[in-house]
Amino acid sequence: MAETVRGPGGARVDLLLVSEMVEPGSRVLDVGCGDGELLELLETKGVDGRGIELSREGVNECVAKGLAVVQGDADTDLADYPDDAFDYVILSQTLQATRRPRVVLEHMLRIGRHAIVSFPNFGHWRIRLQLLFGGRMPQTANLPETWYDTPNIHFCTIKDFNTLCSVVGAKMERAVALDPWGTALKIDAPWWFWNLFGEQAVFLLSRRP
Amino acid sequence: MNKLWLSAKRKGVDRVRESDRPQSPVVTFAPDKPLRLDAGVDLSPFQVAYQTYGTLNAAHSNAVLICHALTGDQHVANVHPVTGKPGWWEVMVGPGLPIDTDRYFVICPNVIGGCMGSSGPSSTNPQTGSPWGLDFPVITIRDMVRAQAMLLDHLDIQRLFSIAGGSMGGMQVLQWCASYPDRVFSALPIAASTRHSAQNIAFHEVGRQAVMADPEWRQGRYIVEGTDPRRGLAVARMGAHITYLSDVALHRKFGRKFQDRTDPTFSFDADFEVENYLRHQGSTFVERFDANSYLYLTRAMDYFDLAADYGGILANAFKGTKTRFCVISFTSDWLFPTSESRAIVHALNAGGARVSFAETETDKGHDAFLLDEPEFFAIVRGFLESAGRAGGLEPPQV
Repeated sequence: MAETVRGPGGARVDLLLVSEMVEPGSRVLDVGCGDGELLELLETKGVDGRGIELSREGVNECVAKGLAVVQGDADTDLADYPDDAFDYVILSQTLQATRRPRVVLEHMLRIGRHAIVSFPNFGHWRIRLQLLFGGRMPQTANLPETWYDTPNIHFCTIKDFNTLCSVVGAKMERAVALDPWGTALKIDAPWWFWNLFGEQAVFLLSRRP
Repeated sequence: MNKLWLSAKRKGVDRVRESDRPQSPVVTFAPDKPLRLDAGVDLSPFQVAYQTYGTLNAAHSNAVLICHALTGDQHVANVHPVTGKPGWWEVMVGPGLPIDTDRYFVICPNVIGGCMGSSGPSSTNPQTGSPWGLDFPVITIRDMVRAQAMLLDHLDIQRLFSIAGGSMGGMQVLQWCASYPDRVFSALPIAASTRHSAQNIAFHEVGRQAVMADPEWRQGRYIVEGTDPRRGLAVARMGAHITYLSDVALHRKFGRKFQDRTDPTFSFDADFEVENYLRHQGSTFVERFDANSYLYLTRAMDYFDLAADYGGILANAFKGTKTRFCVISFTSDWLFPTSESRAIVHALNAGGARVSFAETETDKGHDAFLLDEPEFFAIVRGFLESAGRAGGLEPPQV
């Protein structure tokens, strides 16, 4: 249940981690901002935040809260944003639901000086065990949907995401893996350890100069 | 029948009187303050009729300008002086409503070219003493906005806390933000577009041709000649009204139901409820609207192309703007579809503007912005409240 583990202020742990990576006072685009929880968190740091959200309910909730959110689709609408429009472009728990993750990541690095991506790690040992012994597509508390109903069409592991970063030429500035209780794994642990025990990961990337 | 005719005649007289002496505040701009028109001529002297609600605060910082649509007027939230019906946006504007008159000072001017007291083709031409008719210069959305800015100068309002409008009103909102970015703190262009599409122009042309084909139109001189092109204007309204609704809404409301009968009459009577409804829409419209105004205002919308004034690049119209935007569209609106609103959002994003955009789900078509849509109201309320918190306005006094 890592996705709903909440920190001291009542905020989701992964969102707290993301917000920690953002410099106060910067300009941020949150792609797939849901009901605007991260944007609200960022506003307390004096961040000038904007959001894109696919679901109409999410957008309306955000706008009614006074957040600057537009209804749109990460797969199609990022192309409309000019280069260097933001300091950070954030994609939180959404990468696996995009049709073309590589294109989305490339756009993020074009629009923002930095990209922050958080995603569920499909290499976590529980998921591996389910597939190995159950012989079926894994379902966890964190990813409860069946394979035929899930919006998540592009799962990846932490190692896989690493590869994507080098393919698109992103520079990895920081990476954190969280265990199911929302605690960060040891920073000096090897990648295979993260890939096995991290339930989700957060990456801070920048464009290679 | 005689009574009905008399009532229609009386309303016609009321309507003509409203053009020069409206039952709302009116400001006349003397010859030293001409209105510079895009057509290259000055309109002078000219007048702007307007309505206000709520109280202007000491700092003059709580003004909200409402821009009305093609057939709207300044009577947003009061009984209409000609029709006796409620104001056109009484669901949105009033005490405790999303555009809260307990907090904001709401101003709605009648547009230049209109027929409810701002100078237009049915007003008296001061040079001749007769109604302008087609001698009235062709006006644009930008001319309307210029006149509104002069009204605000007159009211000593330097900056608007917000500006809102749907359809043609949304066009004025966008023009305001492009022409006077420093005078607009927040803006709500609703069911709007930055340019009229070929299809929209085509629909308008059909309406204008219907008016001009009426033998009572008399080359626009019907007031002087004592005629009334009500049939032509009613047909124009009937056609336009269809474009304001959606197929689904029409079907739900009327289906193929007959009007007060069980069988077809095998005639061209209004057998169907939907025919009866449209005829009613047409006949009530002509009681309150001037045929020439219809020509001028539809023309102003046709000419609107905001990008064209900025080298064809819409984003340049909003470059560096500090205004907070909330763009709203409706799913079943096919006259000003969501794609038009997306184009606005795209340009605003490219210009670095702070923009929200929400598409409200409804089957009521373009006219949804005038109707009771709770989701839409929540968005407007939330947006204005957050704009107030963001420094546009001090919190309400308890």
